[in-house]
Amino acid sequence: MNAVLVISAHDNVATALEPLEPGTTVHSGVVAVAVRDAIPRGHKIALYRIPAGAAVIKYGSAIGKASVDIEAGAHVHTHNVASGRGRGDLATQTVDPAVRTAEPQDAEAR
Amino acid sequence: MTRRTFPGYRRPDGAVGVRNHLLVVPTVICSAVVAERIAASVAPVGAALPHLAGCGQLGPDMAVTHDTLAAYCRHPNVGAVIVVALGCEQVVAQRLADEARRHDKPAAIVAIQSEGGTVRATERGVALAREMAETLVHAERQDCDASSLVVSVKCGGSDYTSGLASNPAVGRVADRVVDLGGSVVLGEIAEIMGAEHLLADRASNPGAAAQLLRVVSRVEAEAMALGLDIRGTQPSPGNIRGGLTTIEEKSLGATHKAGERTRLEEVVGYAAPIRRKGLTVMDTPGLDVESVTGMVGGGAQVVLFTTGLGTPTGNPIAPVIKITGNARTAASMADNIDVDVSGVLSESETLDAAADRLFDTVVAVCSGRETAAERLGHRECAIYRRNPTI
Repeated sequence: MNAVLVISAHDNVATALEPLEPGTTVHSGVVAVAVRDAIPRGHKIALYRIPAGAAVIKYGSAIGKASVDIEAGAHVHTHNVASGRGRGDLATQTVDPAVRTAEPQDAEAR
Repeated sequence: MTRRTFPGYRRPDGAVGVRNHLLVVPTVICSAVVAERIAASVAPVGAALPHLAGCGQLGPDMAVTHDTLAAYCRHPNVGAVIVVALGCEQVVAQRLADEARRHDKPAAIVAIQSEGGTVRATERGVALAREMAETLVHAERQDCDASSLVVSVKCGGSDYTSGLASNPAVGRVADRVVDLGGSVVLGEIAEIMGAEHLLADRASNPGAAAQLLRVVSRVEAEAMALGLDIRGTQPSPGNIRGGLTTIEEKSLGATHKAGERTRLEEVVGYAAPIRRKGLTVMDTPGLDVESVTGMVGGGAQVVLFTTGLGTPTGNPIAPVIKITGNARTAASMADNIDVDVSGVLSESETLDAAADRLFDTVVAVCSGRETAAERLGHRECAIYRRNPTI
């Protein structure tokens, strides 16, 4: 059993199937990555450097954006990834324009 | 694997049940205790539907409560109905009894105020229940076509294993159910947020794709209107501990449950009838029990419920099958788990083999095998409400 699982070839993160220790090396199947942080089981590790503002990709789709520069081998979680969805606490909200077109009141499926 | 029939209960209206319950439905929270006592007198055939609504509600919320209770009265897993009223509430007992009778199910009403209190109403209800249950327990199952199945797919207490093992296994079963001519329903609009493009791309018609995007947009706008960070609940604190970082990540893992090949046919309102073969999305909130209550109300006879962290909830009338991809949860909450697919991650079982095993369990449960939630008496019910109680 591999220590990490990569779901899609487009992904820039992998899921740790076991706790990962700094100083060890994991193999994604494509790249070898030196682990930088202690990463709990089930959490994500960066396979490549992800610059601030770039998409974090899992399942082949964006799961959010890097809020700071993330180095390869780093723990990827809420401290360095920002979600773009449902953030009423932020002054300016970016929602996919395709999703924005409808008025809430005509969305009643009932 | 290609089994097309199972022993079920064929109803006069053409629907097929996988259980034959006597539903004891309180019109309002005030009659819930009496309803529970009546149902308990004929357990396990008796199934109460305790809920917190039925009065103090205006407009859309009142309509949702009424429609949801009526949906349970006509549900194929229900063979007969006792409506327990108080007498002064908004929900109309007669409408619920009429709905059952329209679907050729015997129905009776017990009203606490006119019976003269808790003791007399309970006594009358118990006498009625014993009489009605007698017929139900002697009903025989007949060969029914798998195309009559409406399967609800649901996840709760998700962690990293949900998107990697249990949801994909359920998705493969969903594909098979649809291949056999059946229906699959996916709820929890907030947990489609971030993955809606994948489902919309699979819509069989442009109307369904547009409906889906509108509903997701509405729920996102509602969440944002609160001026709060949705991460307080989506993902939940437990999800985050389990390794899920954003709602997009949770949604992408969650939508695997709906299959890989199924086409989105329609988006329906809460507890509204699921009429289309293939995939239906229902407008339900992300709270597990409200979501399951709605999808069963829509006609789902069985629920496939994946969990990473472990959760015990069931439903009053539909068997809820618990599936986990987390080996530690499978061991630590063994009494709550029906199917362990953690071998997919430890590479001791392929995803296809796990899905085969799960499909066999679905057929067995639809044929009468008890689920863990049924065995433990988990019959949670909660009706979605959006507005304040007046």
